[in-house]
Amino acid sequence: MKDKIEGKVWKFGDDIDTDIIIPGRYLVLTDENELAKHAMEGVDPEFHRKAQDGDIILAGKNFGCGSSREHAPIALKAVGISAVVAESFARIFYRNAINVGLPLLESEKILSQFNQGDKIELYTDKGILENERTGEEYEIKKLPEFMLEILDKGGLILYLKEKLKEEM
Amino acid sequence: MNITEKILAHASGSKQVYPDEIIETKIDLAMSHDGTTPPTVMTFNKIADKVWDPDKIVIVFDHNVPANNIGSAEFQKITRKFAKTQGIKKFFTHGEGICHQVLPEQGLIKPGEVIVGADSHTCTYGAFGAFATGMGATDLAMIYATGQTWFMVPRTIKINVQGALHGYTTPKDLILKIIGEIGSFGATYHALEFTGSVIENMDVPGRLTMCNMTVESGAKNGIMEPNKAVLDFLKVRNVSDFKVVRSDKDASYEKEYNFQVDDLEPQIACPDNVDNIHPLNQVEGVEINQAFLGSCTNGRLEDLRLAADVLKGHKVHDDVRFLVVPASKNIYLDALKEGIIETFLEAGAIVCNPGCGPCLGAHMGVLGSEEVCISSTNRNFVGRMGDPKSKVYLANPAVVASSAIAGEITGPDI
Repeated sequence: MKDKIEGKVWKFGDDIDTDIIIPGRYLVLTDENELAKHAMEGVDPEFHRKAQDGDIILAGKNFGCGSSREHAPIALKAVGISAVVAESFARIFYRNAINVGLPLLESEKILSQFNQGDKIELYTDKGILENERTGEEYEIKKLPEFMLEILDKGGLILYLKEKLKEEM
Repeated sequence: MNITEKILAHASGSKQVYPDEIIETKIDLAMSHDGTTPPTVMTFNKIADKVWDPDKIVIVFDHNVPANNIGSAEFQKITRKFAKTQGIKKFFTHGEGICHQVLPEQGLIKPGEVIVGADSHTCTYGAFGAFATGMGATDLAMIYATGQTWFMVPRTIKINVQGALHGYTTPKDLILKIIGEIGSFGATYHALEFTGSVIENMDVPGRLTMCNMTVESGAKNGIMEPNKAVLDFLKVRNVSDFKVVRSDKDASYEKEYNFQVDDLEPQIACPDNVDNIHPLNQVEGVEINQAFLGSCTNGRLEDLRLAADVLKGHKVHDDVRFLVVPASKNIYLDALKEGIIETFLEAGAIVCNPGCGPCLGAHMGVLGSEEVCISSTNRNFVGRMGDPKSKVYLANPAVVASSAIAGEITGPDI
């Protein structure tokens, strides 16, 4: 994963569940670009038109609660989201996101510190994030080394393939 | 150690494990369904040729059965081919029912085991004293290839339930009440361990209903020590190769909650979150367009029986469609024999084939905008059952049936 990720903020509240991120009727889709068209459809059907490559989702508590569908982090990644910053994440979504290579970062009480459209800078190595508008810095929970490596390679499968190649 | 820690210690080959420790464990049983097997297979194919043990893998078709569009038909083709190539015999594709009912029914869930599934409601099996949790496709693909995974040992919250449930108050109302108290993320990353006289005396369907919904509080797993009802259930199915695991008397817990349920009334989860809990009397009078009885939460014979008792001699309201989906083929057959299905049909209900049905808005009984459904299921998120502007209220089977008659949310006469 890059040491620095920056992008425009899309703000959402608490309990953003997987039915909001990608409704159940799209589970039979496998093409990432098709999934991207329905990302966040539960709150904003036009999200896929508005979101730009590199944008960052900022949310409250329990982001990704609900279903085990891996389509959820895949859809967010495919629509161009470069990271999700939230006050907390649901556990199945957390594993799924790391596995597919979508960076997730936790920061307490962060939601109220940003306005929609603010620019956010994430320094994953230093464990801080910055609001460009206000210049304020906030702490983010550091990810363990192996998770950073998985994210760096773009997901668990690509990470494993690389590992296996190294061992051979 | 408590029951969750003991099971994880055993599965990881350790004498002792501690909360927050990351461990590698062997898996006793892994499950996926028609919705999650294809993504799992696509990932699996990138890393392996043969599954670790075809006898420890179960696949159930339940989400879109029979296929409702070309996409789900293609998904089922991929899954059939995978099961055949890999020699997976525990393969249920002929409308046997919902995975979380079929696996216990088939005697595949054993106390003390580590069970994972590519479905968030895999936590249901904690009712048997197993450690069971949901995962995504990539994690499951790794397990199909290696039979192993990693877990962080969860901290455990103990829920002690005393008293007795009365009238039309059911285990569903109890778990809704508990989720209302601890909140939709109050148990994130945690184990929920249920104890107390109510749990010790609870039948298997009630225990399954409660453990099923633990994920709605963020929990990794819900778990109950096996009671006589569970051991009898296993005996009938000739399942004897298991070891009952119990918490030590001095086991430690991060937190404890106590519930006294003698006066508990039916509870409703109002839109749009499962922890938005209100007693029935505060919600009465909300007009409904649809009522749904079924799902891995409340589609069992006891649930159908309860709803049929309420419905007998009444008609479903003209402005309501009442959908009934038995959780399994065996339940459907038993309900037929008992005359329950006849009661539903005569009252004007639509009885559909076993499966997940309308619960996730993917198959039957989809809601249009502004429509309201009262449902015996486990989630009421925005757009869960159809249009984002539709609304879902979660309730027990008796309340679903009485509301279907009245055309508005109401409880049965006691």
